[in-house]
Amino acid sequence: MGNLTKAFAAFGLVALIVVAVAFGARTHKSASDTLVFGSSADPVALDGALISDGESGRVVIQIFQGLVGLKPGTTTVVPMLATSWKSSPNGKSWTFTLRKNVKFTDGTPFDASAVCANFNRWYNFTGSFQNPSATYYWQTVFGGFKKYDPKSGAPKGSLYQSCKVNSAGSVTINLTAPSASFLAALSLPSFSMESPTAMNKYGANQGTVDANGVFHPTGTYSTQHPTGTGPYMLQSWVRGDKLVLVKNPNYWGPPAHIQTLIFRPIADNAARLQALQNGEIQGYDLVEPEDIPTIKSDSNLQLLSRPPFNVGIVGMNQAMKPMNNLAVRQAVAYGLDREAVVKAFYGGRGVVAKEFQPPSLFGYSNSVKQYTYNPAKSQALLKAAGFKLPVTINFWYPTGVSRPYMPDPAKNFQAFAASLSKAGFKVIPHAAPWTPDYLGAVEEGKAQVYLYGWTGDFGDPDDFDGVFFRTPQKQWGFNNPAIFNILTKARDESSLSKRIALYKQANNMLMNFLPGVPYVHTSPALAFDKNVHGYVPSPVDIQYFSSVSIG
Amino acid sequence: MLRFVVRRLLLLVPILFGLSILVFVWIRALPGSPAQALLGERATPQLIKEMNHQYGLDQPIYLQYWRYLEQTVQFHLGTSITTQQTVMTEIGQRFPATMQLAFAAGLFAITFGIPLGFFAAKSYGRAFDHISMAVSLLGISIPIFFLALLLKEAFAVELGWLPTVGQMSVLINIPHPTNFYLLDALLAGNMHAFWDVTQHLILPAIALGSIPLAIITRVTRAAVLDVQNEDYVRTARAKGLAPGVVDYRHVMRNALLPVTTIVGLQVGLLLSGAILTETVFAYPGIGSWLQQGIVDRNYPVIQGGILFVAVVVVFINLLVDISYGFINPRIRLSGKVG
Repeated sequence: MGNLTKAFAAFGLVALIVVAVAFGARTHKSASDTLVFGSSADPVALDGALISDGESGRVVIQIFQGLVGLKPGTTTVVPMLATSWKSSPNGKSWTFTLRKNVKFTDGTPFDASAVCANFNRWYNFTGSFQNPSATYYWQTVFGGFKKYDPKSGAPKGSLYQSCKVNSAGSVTINLTAPSASFLAALSLPSFSMESPTAMNKYGANQGTVDANGVFHPTGTYSTQHPTGTGPYMLQSWVRGDKLVLVKNPNYWGPPAHIQTLIFRPIADNAARLQALQNGEIQGYDLVEPEDIPTIKSDSNLQLLSRPPFNVGIVGMNQAMKPMNNLAVRQAVAYGLDREAVVKAFYGGRGVVAKEFQPPSLFGYSNSVKQYTYNPAKSQALLKAAGFKLPVTINFWYPTGVSRPYMPDPAKNFQAFAASLSKAGFKVIPHAAPWTPDYLGAVEEGKAQVYLYGWTGDFGDPDDFDGVFFRTPQKQWGFNNPAIFNILTKARDESSLSKRIALYKQANNMLMNFLPGVPYVHTSPALAFDKNVHGYVPSPVDIQYFSSVSIG
Repeated sequence: MLRFVVRRLLLLVPILFGLSILVFVWIRALPGSPAQALLGERATPQLIKEMNHQYGLDQPIYLQYWRYLEQTVQFHLGTSITTQQTVMTEIGQRFPATMQLAFAAGLFAITFGIPLGFFAAKSYGRAFDHISMAVSLLGISIPIFFLALLLKEAFAVELGWLPTVGQMSVLINIPHPTNFYLLDALLAGNMHAFWDVTQHLILPAIALGSIPLAIITRVTRAAVLDVQNEDYVRTARAKGLAPGVVDYRHVMRNALLPVTTIVGLQVGLLLSGAILTETVFAYPGIGSWLQQGIVDRNYPVIQGGILFVAVVVVFINLLVDISYGFINPRIRLSGKVG
């Protein structure tokens, strides 16, 4: 063997030893007091007021709490930092009794003045804080701000009027109009109570606006010092690497089981699954439908399902004839083979929708008129209404988009077009990129029949039925005061039992009137190590880790 | 020599200028926009218009470019739309991880590529030659993300030897004065952390180094085959020199010249490959950062990040050129003439 060969052989041996030692040093560590969760991305910020994405909300909800919370796994509002509440007879004033002896993690007390400081902070946002991407949920629930800025894109006028400290333990929120739906919205991470002292100290409202009009926070509050009342508090955050929460030792409620909760961003779906299989993380969200069989067949893993909280709809614009004719809309409903589409394209994660709101939400009727696929009945309805078959309809579908309620819109369209052809329709396809063309055409009332859908923001039927049908909208093209009135009344009613009855009635009316045909609710999946217990998937992504344990 | 260096430095100006235009135009040709990515299904035409106005994206493209150029020459690469941190700050946090990974991948490619190529040439036409050529062909043709999945499935999920994601176990905490985790672990005197970081480097380095490994193997093999038929090698053998001495002094020394050039050129490949590798391994470097930027249509991050990587590649190639000028005087002469 020559010198060179010897040298190479020696080098290769050293390399092998290094690898072997590295392998040998590997130990599987899984501590019962630490849980690592694989998130799909880093949070944007840890300041509830300035976030609207799921990954930020997932962390924020562990550190902060709102006046109200949600019963795990449901959209039922339960006490959180407020122990009880009542509204004035006109529905415009809501008085909350606050939980006693609660402190923020900086040691300052949570009381009525802290509640007002938070509400007034949100209401007084100016400049880039008024950008819809910064304060999306404030604008969705409360509308505009104290100072109207036409350049910001925020609406003029606000549902919020003022906040009054009645005593340290009681606070009243005054609204400019009656609204019961705002109560459920208060459970959102965006309306969490944050320590006014810490926000001042660490510059939560400080920043500069650059030449492009973009706001840059200069404070460290939302990255290093988020201060809430929740069961966990921030220990450290290295973007792209890990975000570490530790148990709040002075938490007012039952202490969390897990001492250290770590969020590790792993953008790639397959990588999240492999990390779970390898024990590097103990759970992750947004499981891909194709990974479900692998997880189900692995005895070390478990699969959890999130209750459906979205809806896929075939919309119909009544301003475009013949959709103004109820018989035609009924013929469309009977002509859509919804069962086949849900079975074929949703990987077992979809259920056929019967109403415009998901079943988990209060007000679901469960006794609406049903439209099971029946092409013969469609043809009969059309003929009886005096139409000559086939009836031509323009059917729109979006391209370049995948939503939970329509993973592949083109497939849904093709299947629906085929079933409608058998039901006496001639379908003319129209495809357009999702934004801005498709949504623009639909919302401007230019699409006759179209694929549409919605993912709920918070647990109130107004976020589904109300968003679609409480006011006249070009995309539906109808004017039905009975529907507008009942949905407005249901939104403003302060008694929950009356609201439930009103929404049930509204859902029955809607499915008789048929402004569109709801066809699917989908149920996203989460995967966990089999030793993880107590994680309750929420329809609206509000999951508290304090109930989770390992072992 | 000075003239050569100055000439190459001056050439950088048009290169970087052209690069900035290319990056700027390419990003705007991508479908979608930051507004659409941020707003999702709530991206109504009105909201998109407002956000575009907010970020100055509704201005004529030449004005947008001018403002971008103005800020870039002052080293202001802008601010991330999602995190609101400056792009330079984020590069400072992410780039060390990428350099560490690229270095490890390069080391892997050289360590195994040169011996493989050498032995393949020495056993020309025999089984080892065929096997090593087949392996190097696979190295070039298997997409990085697929190789990464296979490696993780074998060495992590099945055998449980190595981790699949990240740069270091989340349960280990060490200070990060340099953001080079290997160095940080050594500075902290924490050998457990050092091994942990090494373990996290192995699979990404193999995945990222697979293409350079294949190229280096092939170039080494070709160079050795060329050189060992040269007259001076035959003469050395005829003189009765030991085969090892001939291989070391005459064959390898001369064969390594083209290999050195190729190694220099792999730097760009390693940095571009890092985007895929880091994403699949959730490795917190500049590649996964850029990938997230592309998903979010985060223009300042994509623009700043790509420009930064491009400048690094251009500078490293410049260094290779200059060092080559030292090794091979003919390069300098041609510079003088040209």
